[in-house]
Amino acid sequence: MSKNKPGGSFNLSMARLLSQYGMLGVLLLLGVFFSLVTIRDQQPTGKAAGTSLAEQIESLVSDRSPEQWPTILILAPGGDDASDFVAALSRQLSDSDITIGATLTGDPLTIREGLQKLSESGTLPGADLMIATQHGFAPIVRNVITEMPIFADAPIQTPQSYRWPTFLLASNLLNVANQIAVIAILAVGMTMVIITAGIDLSVGSLIALSAVAVAGLIGRLGGEGASMGAMVTCGFGAILFTGLIGAFSGLVITRFRVPPFIATLGMMQVASGLAYILSKGRPFYQVPASFVALGRGVDPLLGIPYAVMLMLVLYAAAHLMMSRTALGRYIYAIGGNQEAARLAGVRVKGVLLLVYCLNGMLAGLGGVVMASQLKSGAPTYGLMYELYVIAAVVVGGTSLSGGEGKILGTLIGAFIIAVIQNGMNLTNVESYTQKVVLGLVILGAVLLDRLKQRGMQKRQA
Amino acid sequence: MTVSSPSPAPSGQPELLRMTGITKGFPGVQAISRGDLTVLSGEIHALVGENGAGKSTLIKVVTGAHTPDRGRVEVGGREIKNSNPNAAYRAGVGVIYQELSLVPALSVRANLFLGRERGRFGGLDATAERAAAIEQFSRLGVDIDPDQPVGELSIARQQLVEIARALLANSRLLIMDEPTAALTPREVGKLFGILASLRSAGHGILFISHRLDEVFQIADRITVMRDGATIGTWPAADLTRGDLIKQMVGRPLEQEFPKVAAQIGEELLTVKNLTGGRVDGVSFSLRRGEVLGLAGLVGAGRTDVARLIFGADPLVSGRIYRNGLPVTISSPRDAIEQGICLLTEDRQGQGLILGLSALENLSLPNLRQFSRRGWLDQSAELSRFKQFVSSLKIRLSSPRQLAGHLSGGNQQKLLIARWLENDAQVIIFDEPTRGIDVGAKYEMYLLINELAARGKAIIVISSELPEILGISDRILVMHEGRVSGEITDLTTATQAQIMELAVG
Repeated sequence: MSKNKPGGSFNLSMARLLSQYGMLGVLLLLGVFFSLVTIRDQQPTGKAAGTSLAEQIESLVSDRSPEQWPTILILAPGGDDASDFVAALSRQLSDSDITIGATLTGDPLTIREGLQKLSESGTLPGADLMIATQHGFAPIVRNVITEMPIFADAPIQTPQSYRWPTFLLASNLLNVANQIAVIAILAVGMTMVIITAGIDLSVGSLIALSAVAVAGLIGRLGGEGASMGAMVTCGFGAILFTGLIGAFSGLVITRFRVPPFIATLGMMQVASGLAYILSKGRPFYQVPASFVALGRGVDPLLGIPYAVMLMLVLYAAAHLMMSRTALGRYIYAIGGNQEAARLAGVRVKGVLLLVYCLNGMLAGLGGVVMASQLKSGAPTYGLMYELYVIAAVVVGGTSLSGGEGKILGTLIGAFIIAVIQNGMNLTNVESYTQKVVLGLVILGAVLLDRLKQRGMQKRQA
Repeated sequence: MTVSSPSPAPSGQPELLRMTGITKGFPGVQAISRGDLTVLSGEIHALVGENGAGKSTLIKVVTGAHTPDRGRVEVGGREIKNSNPNAAYRAGVGVIYQELSLVPALSVRANLFLGRERGRFGGLDATAERAAAIEQFSRLGVDIDPDQPVGELSIARQQLVEIARALLANSRLLIMDEPTAALTPREVGKLFGILASLRSAGHGILFISHRLDEVFQIADRITVMRDGATIGTWPAADLTRGDLIKQMVGRPLEQEFPKVAAQIGEELLTVKNLTGGRVDGVSFSLRRGEVLGLAGLVGAGRTDVARLIFGADPLVSGRIYRNGLPVTISSPRDAIEQGICLLTEDRQGQGLILGLSALENLSLPNLRQFSRRGWLDQSAELSRFKQFVSSLKIRLSSPRQLAGHLSGGNQQKLLIARWLENDAQVIIFDEPTRGIDVGAKYEMYLLINELAARGKAIIVISSELPEILGISDRILVMHEGRVSGEITDLTTATQAQIMELAVG
């Protein structure tokens, strides 16, 4: 209609807001829900545990004069977490001038021997002793000291537990991100493909092919003794390989006008078969231990897994490409109306070829990450992944009819799927039920999209 | 003359449709503020108005696609409440939409009886259906094979199938939305013959059209809509063309074709022996500042010529010269690089990308010039866009408005802006005013004049003879893929002259 009242444009902008950020709202609601249902007693760990226990001890002794302060015995098991705990605890106790009688770390036997030596040496005051240890180690400590008269009456202090949702623990959130990294990386390419009004069913098989290729190549180039350089080369080799296969799909689709569904259905079989041929049906294990760095490693500075960082960098790059470059504009245009785009001078075939090639490369990268996570490459990897990837894209609000969708929406879609899976694991929902719920979520997302579009159409009419 | 006040419906003939006090609003838009319409048995009633005047919405209220907010709809004297498409259908309302709603892969017969198959116990009685189809076609005076797939028929014949389908369903009232938009003059004549015979058989026909000549040729009464309200209903004989336009736009239009001859310069485009598709050896040349009209019946190959020059279809043989030099054009991209552009007839299907914003549509062919090391310079893009919006007077709410939400005239302007941005020298318009309203048509003619004055070479393909006579400097007429004649003196040219050449 010719008249455009302010109310109409307000409704429209509300609808636009909802359509762009509605899924983010769903993700947040899911987060809140799983936070509420997973509130449990949590034990602090590492440095936090040390600091909290030191504060606890300080407040316990604060009403006594310093002469009456107890001597602290710090007992902890071995390992990174325990040494962080011990370091933080002892630094803060000495800062407050509380005497640390001794610090013993190791397995129960070592602790027992250490305590024995201490009691024999007679350097301890004997009367005012207090034992500081971690929550999980306390029962063992209690067991050990009952046999030793000097220590038997010493009070044992452990860091206080606190109420907090298991879902919201930093370790769990990073776990969620790490779990979804491979699917999310593939979904970047799939979003582009689906925006062009296409589909690529071969990505699951490309994961397997790439994982087999990278692990097999590393096996050739030094096996367990392969250098970092060799591993990087093999990774890029695998990515290039799957990129070529993606380009081949693109060629079949553009040159011979085979519908993408059919072309990539064929390539799905071809790629899977190739993975079995290359590996002779057996997994490749001959990779160095350092190969897992990509999939399982954590950046020491930020504390974020490398796979998650890689995923975030890819999303940022793809978002910029789709919104700020001519190529991105062409991808939307082709999906919106391929013939109109061609008549506007867009090189439709070239762009489509590039998109399928990029998608193949991203699937290859996903395969390399998965091989690194699992420290091997097997032709069985990535089975059914194409469906999870497509689900992430669709839940993220990209329309299967092409022309619209947002890269960042897909990231949200991937996280929605990951959060639902993780939340159901935390609340002990069995895996069969999980499948049903996940399927319903995908249907719900599509239904929401339909309703939204119908609403928009009504407004236009 | 001054327009007489709207006349009451003549008495005597029974009313097939009566709509009173209809209102219909959508969030943010009052589509119909006052809808009053009566269609009698045995009359052809034209519903006219500019795009967006509310004609389609009013029709959708009759067919039950929309429920009115207020008002009363009576079909055959009985009120239709809780309207839904089935109720209107059963009450005897048949609708033939602009986009035909047939299934192309099915046979004519299957389409005619779709949803009302004849036969018993779930089986089909093909013989009965075929006999009924042939009988209906013979009553309409047309010869269509009931077993042919609909997709193989011309648009005109598909339309006849739709009419037959509505009649087979015992529709007394036929509603036709722009039935002549895709027809050649001869087909229009035939269609009008059929409509006239339906009128004498007591059917009522409600007919929406932008072509005022046709309205006066066939309609008994005319209802005008403007800005969501029915302005009035007059017997066609009481109105002149000028009166009608004045009622439609709310102001008088001085002149329908404001032709200004531009300075004609050197040859910008020459084609020799162009062959491909339906086109068989077409040659002509086009000069700077010239408006060349390309006339002919639908299917004569006019659009094909345009698509060949633009590289949209493969050239079988022939040469294309730009500024006297031979060029190879094998894709639209090549043509665009040669400064040739095409505004397709099907703006929504082949021109715009409806799901992208107006801004994105404008710059689509021109993104290279906004790219800085691969990144789009979006502020430069926006400032160029604003320049074009103001110079072409494109009406939109924001650069981010979806192209699909613009009116036909503004969509056409957006496409023109796209190619001006690209500095096109040769501009081919395929049916530039199809489906756009009177006011916007006038603006389009002014724009074509202005482009010619600025030294562009222009080809206009049009099925509307007054239009092509009114805006061209020279006219080529095509018949069955070849140029059958050229009209260089437009001062003496007549519609009959073009028609003679067009029919071969």
